[in-house]
Amino acid sequence: MAQARTLITVPAQAKKGELVLVRALIQHPMENGFRHDENGRRIARDMIQSFRCSFNGKEVFRADLQGGIAANPLMQFTLLAQESGTLEFLWEGDNNFRAQAKAQLQVA
Amino acid sequence: MTTTRRQMLCLVGAATVLPAPVAHASPDSARQALQSILGNAKPQTGRVTIELPPLVENGNSVVVQVSVSSPMTAQDHVKAIHLVAEGNPLPSIMTAYFYPENGRATFTSRIRLAESQRVWAIAQMSDGSYWQGHADTLVTLSACTEER
Amino acid sequence: MKVFLRWACWMLVAHALWAQAEIPLDQRQSGSVLLSASNLALQNDPGLHPASLWLLEGEALWKTPPSSSAPSCASCHGDAQTSMRDVATKYPRPRGAQLQNLEGQINQCRVQRQQQPAWLWESAPLLSVTSWVAHQAKGKAIDDFASPHLKADLAAGRDLFFQRMGQINLSCAQCHDQRWGQKLAGVVIPQAHPTGYPLYRLEWQGVGSLQRRLRNCMNAVRAEPYALGSLELTRLELYLMWRARGMPLEAPALRP
Repeated sequence: MAQARTLITVPAQAKKGELVLVRALIQHPMENGFRHDENGRRIARDMIQSFRCSFNGKEVFRADLQGGIAANPLMQFTLLAQESGTLEFLWEGDNNFRAQAKAQLQVA
Repeated sequence: MTTTRRQMLCLVGAATVLPAPVAHASPDSARQALQSILGNAKPQTGRVTIELPPLVENGNSVVVQVSVSSPMTAQDHVKAIHLVAEGNPLPSIMTAYFYPENGRATFTSRIRLAESQRVWAIAQMSDGSYWQGHADTLVTLSACTEER
Repeated sequence: MKVFLRWACWMLVAHALWAQAEIPLDQRQSGSVLLSASNLALQNDPGLHPASLWLLEGEALWKTPPSSSAPSCASCHGDAQTSMRDVATKYPRPRGAQLQNLEGQINQCRVQRQQQPAWLWESAPLLSVTSWVAHQAKGKAIDDFASPHLKADLAAGRDLFFQRMGQINLSCAQCHDQRWGQKLAGVVIPQAHPTGYPLYRLEWQGVGSLQRRLRNCMNAVRAEPYALGSLELTRLELYLMWRARGMPLEAPALRP
């Protein structure tokens, strides 16, 4: 089964010392377990629990999601451009959910 | 506006009570959430800016932006920012962890808010201190939903 | 001749009455004007707009053959940016014996050209491909649906728009033609143009079709909603598109 759709927005290039905006979007219902279906039955909880970003193998941002995050969650944060490299993103959650994405950053 | 008054005013019954078995957070659960973050520490007010739209069209997706003023050096930086929504059934929303590589301690996300309420952002600094900020918002409801 | 003159007079009167009931063409506005600054920013930035995820899915489905023996959409239609550049502005339209909206047309292709079972209404793949196709016409003016073949369906759709429905006994026109801009239960009533469909609705926490939204409206007036893909909803969709003729398409939009 294909993994969940992700969309990473990061400038392709940055100048050394520049502050770069990183955006990570992922398709996920983020079912919080509080909703009911049309038959009145509780819809089971199905949430992403953690989001991690590493740059050239080192963690540079992490978020633990406990509840109350909207569906199709967005994470936006900044990174100081020091060197070129690869950004790696990892989402993990309920029901063995796992998704990964990558993006390249060129630093001049 | 409380849900009861909304229902009375609504001509076409468009408003429904937002689905939640625990419809509101008790002040206790919000306090507990803050307690588990702070422990015995006393947070100072300041340095933390949390931005929410003052009026929200639908509580299912509310853009929240948090910034903490900090040099973000190895010696002096923000380690974590905790988000707590007082009025949600589960007040603990998320925790974001930062590194000097971020350059700035700021993040943006989209959260769900069950009702009009206060949302707290608590920053944990590398020197062990805690700083807090909050924002209040009014949450309204879409018209003409799938539920009756 | 007399018969013709009488008919012509009645047509003029009917047209005048019809035109009066409509929102003047130059006063029409998309629901986007009612979005908060925060939500407008989401809608206008593909890196933030949740519907971008459905577009990615739609693009992948467009290019991928559904089975080893069936062609992909791209095999026949090539690059969607070219071949679909104004398609969404012209639907619903009659395809064979049936009035089809864009979703129905996509399913018709899927069954007849790809030998695949039709996707369910509101299913993720159907919404994704419909979003992808509609998005190619973003910015283009909605058709004027002037074809004589559409006359009967358009009239039927108009009747539905003006018909009181449900226990609350309201018609679409009473809110969306006569009271747009006023408030209902604290929310501003939009003019209800379908310029942004399929769209990401915060209420749904996902992308959905115009017909899904119309069913929500019918729920609100306590009417039994017509089924997805029904002739009634497709005719109503046709009327709404005609009502929005000339307005630019915004698919996929974002709404509360």
